[in-house]
Amino acid sequence: MAKYDYVPSPFMANSIVKWVDHRLPIFSLIDHELIKYPAPRNLNYLWNFGSLAGIMLVVMILSGIFLAMNYNPSTAGAFDSVERIMRDVNYGWLIRYIHMNGASMFFIVVYIHILRGLYYGSYKYPREILWWLGIVIFIAMMATAFMGYVLPWGQMSFWGATVITNLFSAFPIVGEHIVLWLWGGFSVDNPTLNRFFALHYLLPFVIAGVVLLHLWALHVHGSNNPLGIDAKGPQDKIPFHPYYTAKDAFGLAVFLIFYAYFVFFSPYSLGHPDNWIEANPLVTPAHIVPEWYFLPFYAVLRAVPDKLGGVLLMFGAIVILFLLPWLDTSRVRSARFRPVYRVFFWLFVICCLVLGYAGSQPAEGLPLILGQVATIWYFAHFLVFLPLLGWFERPLPLPASIAEPVLGGGKSGTVAASKPMEKA
Amino acid sequence: MRTAKLLIASVLAFGLGIAAASAAETPKVPTQKWAHTGFFGTFDRAELQRGYQVYKEVCAACHAMHQIRFRNLAGIGLSEAEIAALAKEYEVTDGPNDEGEMFQRPARPADRFKSPFPNQQAARAANGGAYPPDLSLIAKNRVGGENYIYALLTGYKETPPAGVTVMEGMHYNEWFPGHQIGMAPPLSADRVTYADGTKATLEQHAHDVSVFLAWASSPHLEARNSLGLKVMLFLFILAGLLYATKRKVWRNIKH
Repeated sequence: MAKYDYVPSPFMANSIVKWVDHRLPIFSLIDHELIKYPAPRNLNYLWNFGSLAGIMLVVMILSGIFLAMNYNPSTAGAFDSVERIMRDVNYGWLIRYIHMNGASMFFIVVYIHILRGLYYGSYKYPREILWWLGIVIFIAMMATAFMGYVLPWGQMSFWGATVITNLFSAFPIVGEHIVLWLWGGFSVDNPTLNRFFALHYLLPFVIAGVVLLHLWALHVHGSNNPLGIDAKGPQDKIPFHPYYTAKDAFGLAVFLIFYAYFVFFSPYSLGHPDNWIEANPLVTPAHIVPEWYFLPFYAVLRAVPDKLGGVLLMFGAIVILFLLPWLDTSRVRSARFRPVYRVFFWLFVICCLVLGYAGSQPAEGLPLILGQVATIWYFAHFLVFLPLLGWFERPLPLPASIAEPVLGGGKSGTVAASKPMEKA
Repeated sequence: MRTAKLLIASVLAFGLGIAAASAAETPKVPTQKWAHTGFFGTFDRAELQRGYQVYKEVCAACHAMHQIRFRNLAGIGLSEAEIAALAKEYEVTDGPNDEGEMFQRPARPADRFKSPFPNQQAARAANGGAYPPDLSLIAKNRVGGENYIYALLTGYKETPPAGVTVMEGMHYNEWFPGHQIGMAPPLSADRVTYADGTKATLEQHAHDVSVFLAWASSPHLEARNSLGLKVMLFLFILAGLLYATKRKVWRNIKH
């Protein structure tokens, strides 16, 4: 990272600030990491989604705490207590819809955040651990969302919990013990609901902890940028405040409009109608489907007829992300300069959408075949295409610096980050 | 555990099979005109009250509405006195009293609607094994919501299409998944006599009770719409101001 000339903010001269900072350098931290924190000057709006994800975590924790104050985690009382929140608690419907739709919003934001990382190669040296921590957050989010969906104790809550916890029984020898241990009994029942509630309350704070590590790792080398090249000097960077605080604030307002549309005008379109029926272990819903954000993984799970195989593939689909920094052998980060990767990136996005569609349909006929093809593509993308692309693709010439394309000047030559070639 | 595995496998197989079958057999229900849909939607109080009358005089014979309390009827425009008088028509079990006995007393506005059956088993036993679902959330827990309710209530056919055999005790309905429904056609012209003189056609009954059930599922819909519009207005103005701010802050930065 380029050397950045740090000039303290005016408030750092305040005597109280100085007194505190001498003992606990919290103001220095704020000034260094939030205000003067040097960020590339060319970040586009896709870089808003990290801060949006952080804000969603806060929204979910706050709305969740208020829901928990009115929630009864028992099989006999959960559904009614949620209805009481919806009907009798002052603005309970608002808090619930913020939380319920917030889960979907959180995943939308995080999926865009992940795809941005994939497009611009943000997972590459020196940001591998930053990328890992992001995946850890993603996994914890999925666990939290899954357990949260069980809490209203609707039909999909119960049957989704039954199907997903049963996945663990696929593992030989230990599988059945794991399932009993998860359930705290011999079926999804009151103990299951109690522990899911406890964990659903706990995990967001674990996520918050990992988010801090994620930010820590981020701030070591700073943000990647749309050009995917390192900053060469102070002209490439601008302080986070006011530039990115202003840009993030505008992005937040636009995002909130989107979010508020669902909360106020379409609050249950993202969920499944069956979850408004109280859980009944004796009546199976016609079609058990997870929430939309799990559908791609659900399609991978069902792509192979073998249960253990499906479970391993599904976990593999996430675990493979950890290896991405080494599976992608290209040294050029941004897809802007990778004409072939750019095509494969969009094919990968389509592949994920196809998986999502396949996951929403009964596992038979055309959707099943689509799901299988897309599953193969998903793994081939990481295991075949990405390693090979690095060898065969001819990247476009990289600009000399971040500032060069906008400010002009500097050397007109290219940086030998990779084999510079003229446009094919 | 093997049984659990089998259960899951059969659940999936059976569930997916049914879903495929029902998806193929039940077409999408037509959308009706409602006063309460859209950004500015509000419930029509007259429709709500007529709908409640239909529920009370027809549906309530078999269908509970566990989540609704008499006091909630303020939402359909009934006064406190009307609600108290209405609640008094029902006897509910309370207790135990100081002697340890359960006793009957007239219902109060704070009581839940009285369920027609003491439990699900009794409801099934009285209805040929089919459970008349609780209607508190029916407009949320059926695909199509109030449009589905309306379609179902008006979708009975006395003679099923050629080649379809309706099982003993079942009825043919165009919109019910699988088309065979245990509920006999509940509504017909002049089934209830509307106090406001509205002509009681089958369609009018179905429309009114669908509105009532939509209200029961989302009693805060009007508050939601009205707050939502204010929030949206605020957010659009905020977004505009923040965009202007961003432009101003960035005016000297080439990027």
